[in-house]
Amino acid sequence: MTTQVIMPQLGESVVEGTVSRWLKQEGDAIQEFEPLLEISTDKVDTEIPASAGGVLLKIYVQAGQTVERGTLLAVIGAAGEIVGDDSPPVTAQHVPPTHQQPAVNAVPIAYNGQMTPVVARMAAEHQLDLAAINGTGRNGRVTKRDVEDYLERDGIQDDAPTDDTPPWERPGSGDLFKSTVDYEDQPQTETAVTARPTESPLQKSNVDIRVHPVEAIPAGIDGELIPLTAMRRAIANHMVMSKHTSPHVTTVFEIDMSAVLKHREAHKESFAKQGVNLTLTAYFVSAAADALQTVPYLNARWTDDGIYLVNGIHIGVAVALDNGLIVPVIKNVHDLNLLGAARAINDLATRAREKKLKPEEVQGGTFSITNHGVSGSLMAMPIINQPQVGILGIGMMEKRVKVIDDMIAIRPCVYTSLTFDHRVVDGAQGDTFMMTLKRRLEGWV
Amino acid sequence: MTVMTLIDAIRAAMDEEMARDPRVFITGEDVGVRGGVFRATQGLQAKYGAARVIDSPLAELSIVAIGIGAALAELRPICEIQFADFIHPAFNQIVNEAAKMYYRSNGQWRVPLTIRAPYGGGIAGGLYHSQSVEAFFAHVPGLKIVIPSTPHDAKGLLKSAVRDPNPVLFFEPKKGYRAIKGDVSDDDYTVPIGPARIAREGRDLSVFAYGMMAHYTVIAAEKVARENGIDAEVVDLRTLLPIDKESILKSVKKTGKALIVYEDSRTMGYGAEVAAILADDGFETLDAPIRRLTGYDIPAVPFNHDMQEFFMPNPDKIADAIRELAGY
Repeated sequence: MTTQVIMPQLGESVVEGTVSRWLKQEGDAIQEFEPLLEISTDKVDTEIPASAGGVLLKIYVQAGQTVERGTLLAVIGAAGEIVGDDSPPVTAQHVPPTHQQPAVNAVPIAYNGQMTPVVARMAAEHQLDLAAINGTGRNGRVTKRDVEDYLERDGIQDDAPTDDTPPWERPGSGDLFKSTVDYEDQPQTETAVTARPTESPLQKSNVDIRVHPVEAIPAGIDGELIPLTAMRRAIANHMVMSKHTSPHVTTVFEIDMSAVLKHREAHKESFAKQGVNLTLTAYFVSAAADALQTVPYLNARWTDDGIYLVNGIHIGVAVALDNGLIVPVIKNVHDLNLLGAARAINDLATRAREKKLKPEEVQGGTFSITNHGVSGSLMAMPIINQPQVGILGIGMMEKRVKVIDDMIAIRPCVYTSLTFDHRVVDGAQGDTFMMTLKRRLEGWV
Repeated sequence: MTVMTLIDAIRAAMDEEMARDPRVFITGEDVGVRGGVFRATQGLQAKYGAARVIDSPLAELSIVAIGIGAALAELRPICEIQFADFIHPAFNQIVNEAAKMYYRSNGQWRVPLTIRAPYGGGIAGGLYHSQSVEAFFAHVPGLKIVIPSTPHDAKGLLKSAVRDPNPVLFFEPKKGYRAIKGDVSDDDYTVPIGPARIAREGRDLSVFAYGMMAHYTVIAAEKVARENGIDAEVVDLRTLLPIDKESILKSVKKTGKALIVYEDSRTMGYGAEVAAILADDGFETLDAPIRRLTGYDIPAVPFNHDMQEFFMPNPDKIADAIRELAGY
C-alpha cells in the first residue's frame, strides 16, 4: 500500500509550485507529518509534511522543478515495496513538447539577455531582435530551437530585408534609436509579432507582463547579473501590473499621535504580560478597520460588472524581508480588539521573517497597510496590492511644532497617506476614510 | 548472424585472425591453459597450440616488450594485459618504444602490435581491477586507441587492430563482457579504426560516450525519449585515437548541445578533449554549455559497493544529465 505525495494547491490563484528542497531522500524512513519537502511558489515558501509514515520510495519531481498542482511528487510506502512504474503516471504535469524539458518553468518569462553562441550567430545573420522571441529555455532563455521556430513560423528567412539603404541611413539598434514608448503602448510592429500575452492582467495575474523593455546589456558595461528569485519576479510583475491596472491617487493626512502614545504607555505593560508587544501598527490596523466600515468602497474590488463590496475586513501588513517583502493578512480585523490585532500582527510578522507562513495567510486581503516610516520615510505613495482598492502608508513619527488654539505646541505627528483606486472611489470618499482614521487615532481612549 | 556477448565477439575476432594469418599469436597472463581470467582466449590454445597462445610470466613490461620485438620481426602479436590497472609497468614500452618507433626510424620500422586490456569499474573490482586508463595513452601520438561498446564493433574493430600496421590499444569494457549482447555477423568483416558511430539519432542534444558508458547512454536516451520526449543523439566514439572530430562537430552542429560521459575520474579525462574540439571548432554551433558526466576525482574506484555505485555513472544519472542539459 503506497501513498502518493501530491503538489498541493498553495492558494486560490496559485496553480504551480517549485520543489525547492527534499528534506528526505529516496530510501529514507519517514514519520507521518514529518517535514518531507520544501515548496516555493510566487507567494510563499512552505514545508510539506509527509502524508503517511513509511519509507520514501521514489521521488519523481526533483528540486528545482516546477510543476502544476496535483502532480505526483513522490511515493511513500513500506520498505522494499515496489513502485509500479518507473515513470510517474500521467497527472496534471505539463506534457512537454518533444523538444522541451519538463523541469523548465512553463510560465513564459522575459528573456534575460543571455545568448549562446549559436543564437548570437543566428540573430546576427537574420537581424533578429531576440527580445521579440518567446524563450522556452531555462529562465526564459531564447534557445536555438526558439530561433528556428521563429524563423520558420514568420518566414522571416525568406523575406529578409533587401534594403539598399546604406547602414548609416538606417535606424540602428543602439540606445539613441530605441523607441522610448512604453512597452505596453508600442504598436505591434512586424518584428514584434510574437505570442505576447494579451489577456487582461487581472484575469491572468500569473502571466508575466514585461517588467521593462528588456534589452541585452551592451558590451563594456561592467557589472554583475543577479538572477531573479521567484519572489523578486513576483513583486516586479505585481507592481507593474498594479500600476497598469488602477489609476492611483494618493491623499495625505497628518495625525497627532498624542492620544495613542498615552494609551500605549498606559497599556504596554499589561499587554506585555499577556505576551503581546503593543506596536503603533496595531492602532493603525484597528483604526483602519473602523474607517473601512465607514467607507466600505475601500474594502472592495473592481469588476467589470460592478464594484464588489467584500464582507469581512482582512488587512495585509507588509513585512520587509532580506530579499523582498511579504504581506501576511490579518483576518477579520473588525472582530478583533486592540489586543487581538496586536497579537495577530506579532505572530504573523515573526513567522513571516522565519518563513513559516502558511499559503492562506498571505491571501485574501481586502486592504493593506505599509509602515514605511520604520525606515525613516516621512511620506510615501505606495502601490496598491491588487485586486484591493486601497493601501495605507504610515510615515515616521516625529515631534513637530503645531499651532493649537492659537498656541504653539509640540506634538508627535505622523504623515499618513492613502493610495486608492480612482475607478472605485473618488477623492471625497478617500478623505472621509482618512478623517475617520484620524479622528479615531487622535481621540483614542 | 549469431547473437554474441561482447567477450564472445572478441574471442571470435582472435580466432578468425589466427586462422587467417599464421603470424598472429597471443601472449599474456593465463591466456593459454586457463583461457584468460575472463575466458577471452578460451579454447584458442587447444585449437592453435601453445606456440601461438603463450602463457607469460606475471610481468606486463615483458609481455609488451616481447610483443614489440615480435612485431618488429613482422609477426602480429596480441598482448593481453589481464586488467588495464596492471598496464602501468608497460607504460615505458608502450609510450617510448611502440608509439615512437615508426617516427624515430623515419618509417623504416613499424610496430603492428595489438594490446588488449579489460578496463573500467562496476564489477566490485576495487582499486586495482576497475581502472580506466585511456586518458594516459590518448595523450600519446603514435598510438591508436579503440574501445568498443557492441559485439559487432568489438569483433570488427579487433580484427582491424590486428591488421593495423601501428600499435593499437584495445580496451574492453569488462562490465559489459557478458552484459552486452548483440548480433554479430559470422562473416570476415572489419570495422575501420577511426570513425565514430551514431548509436542513436536525435535532434535535441548530443551525448558522446564510449565503452560501457556508450551502452548506458543508449539506455538513458531511450528512457528520456519515453518519459520526457527528449530526442538525444548518442555518438559512440569507439575510436579514441585518432579522434573523429568531424562526427563530433557534425552532431553538435545539428543539436547545439553536448554532453560527454566517461567513467574515468573527471579532471584531464578524455572528455576534456571532446569539449576542447567543440569549443575550438564548434563554438558558433553551441546552444548550451558543454557538460560532462564523469566519475569523481578520487584516487580509485571504491571497493565498497555503495561507494562504487556512487562513483559510477549509470543510465539514471545519464538520463538526469540529459534532462538537465535539454532544459537549458
